[in-house]
Amino acid sequence: MLARQLTIEELASEIPDGSKVALPPDYAYCALSAVRALIRQQKRDLHLVGVPSLGFQADMLIGAGCVATVETAAVTLSEYGLAPRFTAAVKSGSITMMDATCPAIHAALQASEKGIPFIPLRGLIGSDILKNRKDWKVGNNPFADEKDDPIVFLPALKPDVALIHAPIGDKFGNVWVGVRREQMLMAHAAKTTYVTVEEIVEGNIMEDLQLKAAAIPGIYINAIAEAKNGAWPVGIPGGYDSDHQHLKGYVELAQTAEGFDKYLNEHIYNSKAEAAE
Amino acid sequence: MSTVLLEEILINAISKNLDGLGHIAVGASSPIPGAAALLARARSNGSMRVSILGSEDNNFFSDGGKEIFDIAGQGRMDAFFLSGAQIDGKANVNLVAVGDYNHPKARFPGSFGSGYLYFVVPRVILFRLEHTPRTLVKEVDFISAPGFSDDDVYRPGGPYKLITDRCLFRVNKQKKCFELESVHPGHTVNEILEQTGFEFLLPDNEVPETETPDEATLKVIRGEVAREISEIYPSFASRVFGIK
Repeated sequence: MLARQLTIEELASEIPDGSKVALPPDYAYCALSAVRALIRQQKRDLHLVGVPSLGFQADMLIGAGCVATVETAAVTLSEYGLAPRFTAAVKSGSITMMDATCPAIHAALQASEKGIPFIPLRGLIGSDILKNRKDWKVGNNPFADEKDDPIVFLPALKPDVALIHAPIGDKFGNVWVGVRREQMLMAHAAKTTYVTVEEIVEGNIMEDLQLKAAAIPGIYINAIAEAKNGAWPVGIPGGYDSDHQHLKGYVELAQTAEGFDKYLNEHIYNSKAEAAE
Repeated sequence: MSTVLLEEILINAISKNLDGLGHIAVGASSPIPGAAALLARARSNGSMRVSILGSEDNNFFSDGGKEIFDIAGQGRMDAFFLSGAQIDGKANVNLVAVGDYNHPKARFPGSFGSGYLYFVVPRVILFRLEHTPRTLVKEVDFISAPGFSDDDVYRPGGPYKLITDRCLFRVNKQKKCFELESVHPGHTVNEILEQTGFEFLLPDNEVPETETPDEATLKVIRGEVAREISEIYPSFASRVFGIK
């Protein structure tokens, strides 16, 4: 079965306001060109899920007013410092935080992956992460011998959308993600998965067993769009490096709302070339 | 002997707490713990594994972001490092916010894996290179991960040491608090008392000075460790070791 091939703008237009959107961290494969399209289309009330943390793409979406809720183990720009629009939004109370810890996000996605309602996880008891997560519960290990064995139960986390990037895909919608297998988990767990790829290659990825071992089959993929340098200004592992000058410039501008607006106008709203692609 | 840097004293002191272990993992933004793990591995005669987040040369994980946590949950990770915007006298770690959680005065990236790894990794070494009453506080504003748990909570892991730019504390598990182990060269116990926001135990005998690495150790730190750490932390390796 052939995959639906869309332009980046068409792909973004299929993600409605209010969607729960799972995104990978900066060191995986981020679909920044699609994120810019979401911003251009002025999406609202998105619920971002960091798998397990978020970076530049979340800071941009938050700054552009697209986000209502952030569910993540962290929002970090690593060596570039604190994420300025995220920090400002938390301080002003304009977004709702659902702080987590990395393995809780992975585990809750695995529950969705298996189609089960919840999953237990060690740790967390006595933390303020747990205290602030009314959707998580502490129960007793039903297999404990004699003594009580309290353990945290996490409800299955089922994003409406997983939005990811990848080095290559094919016309059947098969997508190679290499060692970034959490992107496979995201596709398994989410209701829909949208992918941008550096290149749509000839042939069928699944016919090459080495590629197949690290590929998401097309059955999970709702649509695919080709986006050369689609992670820019973030890099991709094994591909291109981050655009350090650009990211540094972003962080400087994004320290203020006015500076961020300037960035939006220059690099996102007025990026006609990208919008026309 | 050439001048020994604080970073080298810290790398050496941390590494002494890792000898004999099988697998050390190092998280993000941790050049000194990373170098300490590589130093411990260098003298382990090939019996130690080190995995460093963000590294391509020293990261063997192949099953996605969850694997490092799964491996820790199974007991296959012996030591890990945590820092915090605030650390308190009960070894609670705060990576989230200062002030009220819903209207914070300062907001940091978030808890990352701390809320899990602190419970399951036997030897968690805390490090905070700003040792002031602002960072080492009486009580953290947000507990990303608690230092100690009630007896009924599954807790094979927890805090082992706390190292700062002034001193090294050990953890007293019975009394659930820190105890001063050694003071870095150039620093005093009185200064530690003044600059620490929480109460801690003092040993019965005089507090020793943190050991300065010997020539042979310095050679390894400035040689293979410096080269390896520059792959992940080029600006740190350039500043401390002059590696370009």
